[in-house]
Amino acid sequence: MHVIESGNVAAANGVKLSRVQVVAAYPITPQTPLTEKLSEFVDGGEMEAEYIPVESEHSALAVCIAASSAGARAFTATSANGLLYMNEQLHWAAGARLPIVMCVVNRGIGAPWTVWNDHQDAVSQRDTGWIQLYACDHQQIIDTVIKAYAIAETVSIPVMVCYDGYLLSHTYMPFKPPESNQVDEFLPRFSPEFPLNPEQPCNLNTVTLSDIRPDVHGDTAPGYMEIRHNLHTDLREALGVIQQVEDNFHQTFGRGGHPFLEPYRCEDANYIAVCLGSLSYHLRDVVDVLREAGIAIGVCGLRVYRPFPDAAVREYFKSVKGLIIFEKALSYGYEGALFADIKAAMYACTPRPFIHNYILGLGGREIQTHQLKEALYRSCTTEVAPEDMPQWLGLKLQT
Amino acid sequence: MTKKNYACRISRSEPGPGDGGRTGSWRVLRPVIDLEKCIPAKRNKPACFTCWLYCPDGVITRTIPPTIDYEYCKGCEICAEECPVDAITMVEETVFLKEEK
Repeated sequence: MHVIESGNVAAANGVKLSRVQVVAAYPITPQTPLTEKLSEFVDGGEMEAEYIPVESEHSALAVCIAASSAGARAFTATSANGLLYMNEQLHWAAGARLPIVMCVVNRGIGAPWTVWNDHQDAVSQRDTGWIQLYACDHQQIIDTVIKAYAIAETVSIPVMVCYDGYLLSHTYMPFKPPESNQVDEFLPRFSPEFPLNPEQPCNLNTVTLSDIRPDVHGDTAPGYMEIRHNLHTDLREALGVIQQVEDNFHQTFGRGGHPFLEPYRCEDANYIAVCLGSLSYHLRDVVDVLREAGIAIGVCGLRVYRPFPDAAVREYFKSVKGLIIFEKALSYGYEGALFADIKAAMYACTPRPFIHNYILGLGGREIQTHQLKEALYRSCTTEVAPEDMPQWLGLKLQT
Repeated sequence: MTKKNYACRISRSEPGPGDGGRTGSWRVLRPVIDLEKCIPAKRNKPACFTCWLYCPDGVITRTIPPTIDYEYCKGCEICAEECPVDAITMVEETVFLKEEK
C-alpha cells in the first residue's frame, strides 16, 4: 500500500522498520521533523527503542558510538552545521568500525547562515571514512535507510543516507513502505563480534602504538596504520557489498536498480549530465527537451559517493563524447569535488570525454529548468572545452 | 566478518602484560631486588608483597621470591619507595648496557 508523506517521515519509517534500538539526535532544520517523528514512535510504543535527547550533535553521535559499541543498532540524523559539529566523532565512528546509520538532510553551511539546500555539508565530510549514499525520492529514502543497515553491518562501517533538504525532506510524495516481516527477513538482528561486556573488560581505541604488538594472548595486534589501511580496503570492498545488498533487496521487495548509478536515457547518449541527489530527476525533464531538439543526451545521478564507484563510472561513461557535472558543492580554491573525482576516474580512458563543471543551487539558490537546458546545450554544442574551471549557474554578480 | 578478521580491523586490548606495548629501551633506572633483605625471600613465606601491590604496571609477581618483568617495567621507582625494608634499589640502565657489551 502506498502512503503520501514527507521525505523525513519516509526516513523515520525506514528507521522504525529497521528495528533501531537507540536513537540519539539533536533537532536542526531541515532534519527536525524526522527526529520528531522518531520520538513520537518511541513515545507511542511503536518502536522498541531508547530515544536519548542530547544537548548537541557531538553528543548525539557520541551516544550512538557508545550504543553501537555495546551491540545496539543505533541511528542519528542531522544537517549542515550539526554535521560539522559531529566532525571529530564522524572520524571516530568510522575508525572504531561501528555500523551506525545517519540521515544527512542536505543543507548549506554557514557563514553566512542559511537553512536551504545544497550539498556542502555531506561533501565536506567525504574523507571521514563513512559510506555516503544519496537518495532521489521518498521511496529511495525509506529503502536506502534499510539497505544502509545491511551494508553497514556487513562491512562494519558507518553509513550516511543523504537527501536534499526541503526538496525531499519537506515535500510530499507517494511511496510504498516495505512490509515489516520482509524487512526482518532482509535485515537480521545486529550481533557485533566484540560487544562491550562487563564480564570481559577491554579497552577500545585507546592510544594505539604506531607499530604492531603482541596482545595478551600472544596474537599480533594491529598498529594504527594497519587499522586505517584495513578501513580503506574494506571501503573499497564495500562496493561489492553494496551491489550484493541491492540484489538481495531487489529479490525480497521486487524493486531497486543499478547499485551505484541512477541513469536516464543514457544507453545511446553522446553526452551525460552527472550529479548527486534529487537534481538528477529535475534534469530528466531537461534531457527530454534536449532529446526532442536532437541532442543525444542522458542524465546519471550517483547513488554512492564514497566509496567512489570509479569502475562503474568508467564503464558507463567511457564511450560518451562529453560529461557535464552539476554540483551543489565546491572544493573551495579548486573545483567541484565530484568533478575532480570523475576526471580522475576517466583518466584511464582513451579517448577521454570532455568534462565540464557547473556549480549551482548553493544555499538554496533556485535552479531554473531553462538554466539547466542552456548550460547543457552550450556544453553539448561547444566543441572546444572551456577553461578547466567550474562555471557558475544562476549567479547574479553586480558589476 | 569472522572474529579473527574483525580483530585486525579495530583497536582493542585486554588487561594484562603486553597490551600496552613494550617499554623498549627508554627506561633510565632499573629496580633490582636484594633477596637478602626481601621479606618473602628471607622468610620463605608468602608475606609482605608490598611491591606487587603497588606496581602500577603489574609487572611484579606475587611469588617467593618476587620477580620483575623488565620487558614492561617503566622504572617508575614506586616499588623501591614503598619497600618497607629497602630491599629494592634503582640501578642505572647504563650499568647493564656496559655489562652486556
